[in-house]
Amino acid sequence: MKAWLPALLRLALLVLLVVFIASPDWFEPLLKPLTENGAPAIYNQGSLLTLTLLHLRTVLVATVAATIVAVALAILVTRPAGTEFLPLSRSLVNIGQTFPPVAVLALAVPAVGFGEKPTLIALFLYGLLPIFENALTALTTLPGNVMEAARGAGMTGWQRLMKVELLLSAPVILGGIRLSVVISLATATIGSTVAAKTLGEVIIAGLISNNLAFVLQGGLIVAALAVLIYDGLSAIERYAARRMGREAE
Amino acid sequence: MTLRFDKLGVVIAAIVAYAAFAAPFATFRANRIVPGQARSILEALPLTLAILLIAIVIAGGIIALLRTPLLLRLAASVIALVALAILIGTAGGFLTPAGNTFARVAPASGFWLLIFAFTLLLADVLTRLDLSPLARVGVLAVAALAIGALLVSGSWDSLSILKEYASRADSFWAEGSKHITLALGSLAVAVVAGIPLGILCHRVEPLRAGVLNVLNIIQTIPSIALFGLLIAPLGWVAAHVPGAAAVGIRGIGTAPAFVALFLYSLLPVVANTVVGLAGVPRAANDAARGMGMTDRQRLFDVEFPLAFPVVLTGIRIVLVQNIGLATIAALIGGGGFGVFVFQGVGQTAMDLVLLGALPTVALAFAAAIILDAVIEMTSTSRRAEPA
Repeated sequence: MKAWLPALLRLALLVLLVVFIASPDWFEPLLKPLTENGAPAIYNQGSLLTLTLLHLRTVLVATVAATIVAVALAILVTRPAGTEFLPLSRSLVNIGQTFPPVAVLALAVPAVGFGEKPTLIALFLYGLLPIFENALTALTTLPGNVMEAARGAGMTGWQRLMKVELLLSAPVILGGIRLSVVISLATATIGSTVAAKTLGEVIIAGLISNNLAFVLQGGLIVAALAVLIYDGLSAIERYAARRMGREAE
Repeated sequence: MTLRFDKLGVVIAAIVAYAAFAAPFATFRANRIVPGQARSILEALPLTLAILLIAIVIAGGIIALLRTPLLLRLAASVIALVALAILIGTAGGFLTPAGNTFARVAPASGFWLLIFAFTLLLADVLTRLDLSPLARVGVLAVAALAIGALLVSGSWDSLSILKEYASRADSFWAEGSKHITLALGSLAVAVVAGIPLGILCHRVEPLRAGVLNVLNIIQTIPSIALFGLLIAPLGWVAAHVPGAAAVGIRGIGTAPAFVALFLYSLLPVVANTVVGLAGVPRAANDAARGMGMTDRQRLFDVEFPLAFPVVLTGIRIVLVQNIGLATIAALIGGGGFGVFVFQGVGQTAMDLVLLGALPTVALAFAAAIILDAVIEMTSTSRRAEPA
């Protein structure tokens, strides 16, 4: 395969996605055959653009919060003062991953009410795990000679953390963030079952009114977003890995 | 001897202190959907039992706080958890006025926090004990038996979740078996289809990237959309393929859910088969070739057994993921515990949500522990064998 072909495909996908979100009406003839009884082919209870932006905002807020907390926790349990928590935190991460997102979402509703908040909580909790796991792996598998050299150069613990450990761990931590974002993009759609404004609204409207065109457009927008963001973050990750002299996964 | 504090114990003791004295132990509601009134431990239990529970909890908190022997910590956490489990049932009976069938008593935040704190202590002890895989499964079995015994004994019958259960006992088991059929059945089909596909991808290099990319993209389609998208093709199959409708293939219901779960399951199975086979040491393959093994013998006697633990890891991922995803099948009429979750969300009846969510979490949790143990056993036994 030629090297430029994947890049071109991604660009085409991006253009298609932007055009579809900006003026979905152009695509009406394509989706019309999927509808029955003259139902609308393009989601008409809100703008796709707004929903997409809200969807992305929800994922962004949850991921930023999850990244801060997960990386802070991983740093904490890999310091000498926090090593006692290391084995337990590993088992907690394992246990946490067995909680289905729907359950988290449904159980958050009584605490915070319907809307965006339970979705943010579910995405936050679900996003924590991959980031924490990767940050932990990265911080516990740093090359010993580099750490030795940093210590030998007279760096304090804080300097070592900021200038050596975190920078060297960045590619692996980014890998965790990428996983977390892709999971969150899909999980956010479930948030619409508790009245969050995300692209899930389009899909659920389609399921309720038996309108396949809605389901398809909602699903495909989310999938395209996920593929593009996954690729974008992979590229950043490879760049970071090259700068750190570590091989990307 | 000077007193030394356990760092995790500080966290646990803080949670215990807050949960026991500042948070409500149970909520009382006049019927199943009105907002509840909080009841502290002292209000929720007969005086002697309340004092007993507070004593157990405080003792447990102190044992956690100080650096104490592991076995003492184990005993403290188990006693506290058992006492909490039994006494929440007592609280249910104590708070419900005699003969009142509308009132609902549910465990409140204080109870859940206490359970969380002592589970944390128990998890820490079990992690530090570094149990063998079989022992971990044993602990799980004991816990399951204890919970089963409490359920059968009827001591929790006055709690709201079990009142929800009592009014839909039949459908609970029907949805439960549907849930398990969906999760396990789709996994079984994915294993049967995915392992040969993985072996094929390993042998035929040009196929690999294409197949894995397609499976990767399927994973990015949100579950509710994939479930929905399968309605149309399966509806078409049911209408046009003779006999399809007779075997239960329909546009809505279990069939699209089954197919969607199968599609999600393929990636981990195929990818892990490929990774596992790629990780087989070249020396092992060379030796097998040198012994005059045919390709087929090499695959079944050398490569696949060596790759098996990695394949199992894929199966573990799929099983836990499927048990969770099967809840969403309820949205398209596929049944499963999700039925109760979504009904509960719709009626804002949280006990109903819990009735669906708790068994799902318990199933996923048990599946994870059992498969982790199996993975550890297969990979260590192989490592222990002389090379």
